[in-house]
Amino acid sequence: MKPEDCKIIDDILLANDNNATNLISILQQIQKQFHYLSREVMEYVAGKLQISTAKIFSVATFYENFSLTPKGKYIFRVCDGTACHVRKSTAVLNALRGELGLIDSNTTDDLMFTIEIVSCLGACGLAPVLTLNDVVYPAMTPEKVKALVKEIKEKEYGKNK
Amino acid sequence: MGVMIIDGHRVEFDKEKNILAVIRKAGIELPTFCYNSDLSIYGACRMCVVEDDKGNIHASCSTPPKDGMSIKTNTERLHRHRKMILELLLASHCKDCTSCEKNGKCRLQDLASKFGIKKIRFEDTRPKAEIDKSAKGIVRDPNKCILCGDCVRMCSEVQGIGAIDFAYRGSNVRVMSAFGLPLGETNCVNCGQCAAVCPTGAIVINNQTDELWHLLGNKENKRIVAQIAPAVRVAIGEEFGIMEGKNCLGKTVAALKKLGFDEVYDTSLAADLTVIEESNEFLDRINNGGVLPMFTSCCPGWIQYVEKSHPEILPNISTCRSPMSMFSSVIKDYYKKKKAEDDKDTYVVAIMPCTAKKYEADRQEFLAEDGRQETDLVITTSELVKMIKRAGILFDEIEDEAPDMPFGLYSGAGLIFGVTGGVTEAVIRRCTTEKTKDTLDKIAILGVRGREVLKKTSFMIGDKQIKVAIVYGLKAAGELIRDMAEGKEKFDFVEVMACPEGCIAGGGQPCNRYQDREYRAKGLYHADNKLQIKFSDQNPSVTQIYDYIVGKKRHELLHIDYVKENKDNH
Repeated sequence: MKPEDCKIIDDILLANDNNATNLISILQQIQKQFHYLSREVMEYVAGKLQISTAKIFSVATFYENFSLTPKGKYIFRVCDGTACHVRKSTAVLNALRGELGLIDSNTTDDLMFTIEIVSCLGACGLAPVLTLNDVVYPAMTPEKVKALVKEIKEKEYGKNK
Repeated sequence: MGVMIIDGHRVEFDKEKNILAVIRKAGIELPTFCYNSDLSIYGACRMCVVEDDKGNIHASCSTPPKDGMSIKTNTERLHRHRKMILELLLASHCKDCTSCEKNGKCRLQDLASKFGIKKIRFEDTRPKAEIDKSAKGIVRDPNKCILCGDCVRMCSEVQGIGAIDFAYRGSNVRVMSAFGLPLGETNCVNCGQCAAVCPTGAIVINNQTDELWHLLGNKENKRIVAQIAPAVRVAIGEEFGIMEGKNCLGKTVAALKKLGFDEVYDTSLAADLTVIEESNEFLDRINNGGVLPMFTSCCPGWIQYVEKSHPEILPNISTCRSPMSMFSSVIKDYYKKKKAEDDKDTYVVAIMPCTAKKYEADRQEFLAEDGRQETDLVITTSELVKMIKRAGILFDEIEDEAPDMPFGLYSGAGLIFGVTGGVTEAVIRRCTTEKTKDTLDKIAILGVRGREVLKKTSFMIGDKQIKVAIVYGLKAAGELIRDMAEGKEKFDFVEVMACPEGCIAGGGQPCNRYQDREYRAKGLYHADNKLQIKFSDQNPSVTQIYDYIVGKKRHELLHIDYVKENKDNH
């Protein structure tokens, strides 16, 4: 691991009193910084907290919220809770997958986009709903999704792509 | 204090922490998978359910007893629940019973039979997991795991290692190492305690009996020599209906001879050598300002733990080889001369209570010049039991035989190596100048014996007080290392054994229940009482070996520098 990454983790650990009982919160803060939990990071934290790497792996794999693989710069969370589902979230999801070319995987190879399916975002009145980097987009349709993706792509790759 | 009504009968309880213990006191053996008296209470398997008089169902392992409480343990409803649990467990189990290592010893198989499970209504939809053979001492087959978590808790609560844990959740949950690495690549130390507590065949001893059968079946130009570790003799008998803790060395020797071994020796003699070498090294460190405290080095689980988790104390580890490795190198060297006469290659097979010894024998530094292991094969007590049974030898009926000469004599000091505190007691016996019966009695009550995880005592060498710690279980050992590093504790000599109460409950022993360990320890002390030679330095075989291996060779055959080995290998 790079020294500056170690420094970031050390600071997070210090803020949590190097206390292993704060593991979930520590992992959340680390994920916020690095967008996912790498093997190196988990091994580093295990060494620092004097707990086994298997324990950290256990916690990290238990919660859906933790990702063990790198995520994209833009994270779409598509709600597939009951309300969104009956209001055709599947069509929204399929449109998004089609636009981003993400059929079998959830993250684009250039680490730009990630799609996650969540059970409920707690905004059933706005169904079908998705969030893009924690900004809520209500009453989505496949057309709206296409427009949204186009906008970001133009910003990131320029108009020609 | 209080009284409970169990199935209509009054049962008093006192310090029992849960109803399960009270029920067992009442003479009812409730089925369990995840309950183990050495580990924390987990309450996952739900096999130990009981019904109270209101019809509520409780897991008896995790319910404390209450005065006046009335419970039933064997109602039709409870049987239905238990059967359903078994059926569900079996549905996601591979059910290859006849070809399973645990066949006949599996708790799932046993309970399925007791509960009359004839048909499993559910389909096994799990993907097949790969069998992990990467650790030398144990083999893990995740397809046979019932998620009771005994291994997970043993590894973290007793050994403080945590090489394996639960991963993922819900129906995807499984026991695995971090990132699914093969066990051999993790911090696993091969102690085998996970295999000892596993109720099914999900973690078993790496069975190498076929290799031994092959060796014994192809004996041309070979001299096949066995060495039997101290702890084996007090555990092996249990498997043949012999009283727990009874010393079965004579029968073990006879059985090995029947299996085809040419010579059978006793590792206790090598333990005597270890005592002398370790005492000399310790006295040298004390008198010449060497690195202190000195930690013992006979336990291979402990050595691996230090290498993987506390390399900073490697200089504190005694340079003595373990008795097994000392013996193998001495035997191999001794028979070199004889090879010129009869042209027979010597093969050393160690009969050990330990799975980590399989790893030790395979270590780079214990390979001979020809690339062969100095200890060619390590067979655990449990594996030997299987061989004796396969050969049809009536173990309980065969005549005792004595170990062979010239390596057959051993002292009581070497023998008690198999139990926690034994190494320390032997070293103290060696270090005292006065060798009388009275001294022995005094040493025995010094605080070196007993079942406590950590024992502290001291003894005198001349006018110097030597502070001693004796610890078993690697978690406790790790805590002790930390306390010593922080200056909270100070010792000169520390004995560490990885397994509960020492080798008597090694990962290679059959069934390691709490009560078995008590009998086994007693068995070893009893055997020590019956021996004429009590001091390692008074063993004539030891003198003979020293006459034979003199000078530089002594160090080469009996010592190993773990600091150097670790530098060279990494």
